Amino acid sequence: MTLKASEVKVGDSYEEQVCENLSRTQIVMYAGTSGDYNPLHSDEIFTTQEAGYPSVFAHGMLSMGMTGRMLTNYVGDGRLTYYGVRFTSQVFPGATLTARATITDIREEDGVKIADLEVSTTDEEGVEVIKGKASARMDD
Amino acid sequence: MAVEKFPIEASHVMMFARSIGDANEIYYDEEYAKGTEPGAIIAPPTFVQASAQFDPDYFLRPKIGEEWFGSAKGPTGITKKKEGGGGGGGGGLHAEQHYVYHRTPKVGDVLTAEVKPGKSWEKEGRRGGKLMFTETVTEYRDQNGELVVTATGVGVRTERPATSGDS
Repeated sequence: MTLKASEVKVGDSYEEQVCENLSRTQIVMYAGTSGDYNPLHSDEIFTTQEAGYPSVFAHGMLSMGMTGRMLTNYVGDGRLTYYGVRFTSQVFPGATLTARATITDIREEDGVKIADLEVSTTDEEGVEVIKGKASARMDD
Repeated sequence: MAVEKFPIEASHVMMFARSIGDANEIYYDEEYAKGTEPGAIIAPPTFVQASAQFDPDYFLRPKIGEEWFGSAKGPTGITKKKEGGGGGGGGGLHAEQHYVYHRTPKVGDVLTAEVKPGKSWEKEGRRGGKLMFTETVTEYRDQNGELVVTATGVGVRTERPATSGDS
């Protein structure tokens, strides 16, 4: 799917559930592929007894990666020109996350139609864990 | 983090896509990918973060023959010289991440990553205690020296373990 400038308008939005009951194993998978083996994400003993957190928690980049899936499903593969986020709350095992993109502007840059989007990912309690923006090339 | 050679490899992309729960065929099926606009297996938007795998000195990966700060017999494998420390653990937390895509990285690209220092600043945390922010800008270039992705990361160190909403 790609966005067509002629078919979208400011305020349009799209959302996807990007994970359900997040498992520690999924977090371990992300550690393995990203190369970020910080024990805060997989080592319950270190994290609770040494670092003082209630539990291991997901890499912010895992939440950003899962949110990115929603974005590319909406704007199309290879269409992003910008994607940036703030990690606004930690994501713990068991989280169910829903990611949403809303079109905030439609503009033209060097003859190419661009959609600016607001990105927000919330957990099952409605707490925002990712707050960000993205821009993507559209077809006419 | 400087990386001299970050090859975008098909099996790495496939496993990375699995780890973020993305079943899109463009990340593992070469035949399918050929028929898409990018025309090849591409990297997911946050994939360049995995350049850490190709950084020989990346500090969040255990190294052969070196103590690791995760648990082993005890809650940390680091032999303590004095009591204290803890808090935050692992060199701080990730506060922000931004990517500017000049083009989409594809399997077969061989990137380099060069880190440029960014700004740093301090802020009072909502529950008290100082938050120290540091920005790093990483430029990923391809085999032709062309800029592919500019990544800006912001890290935060806390004086005590961050709780939800503090980071």
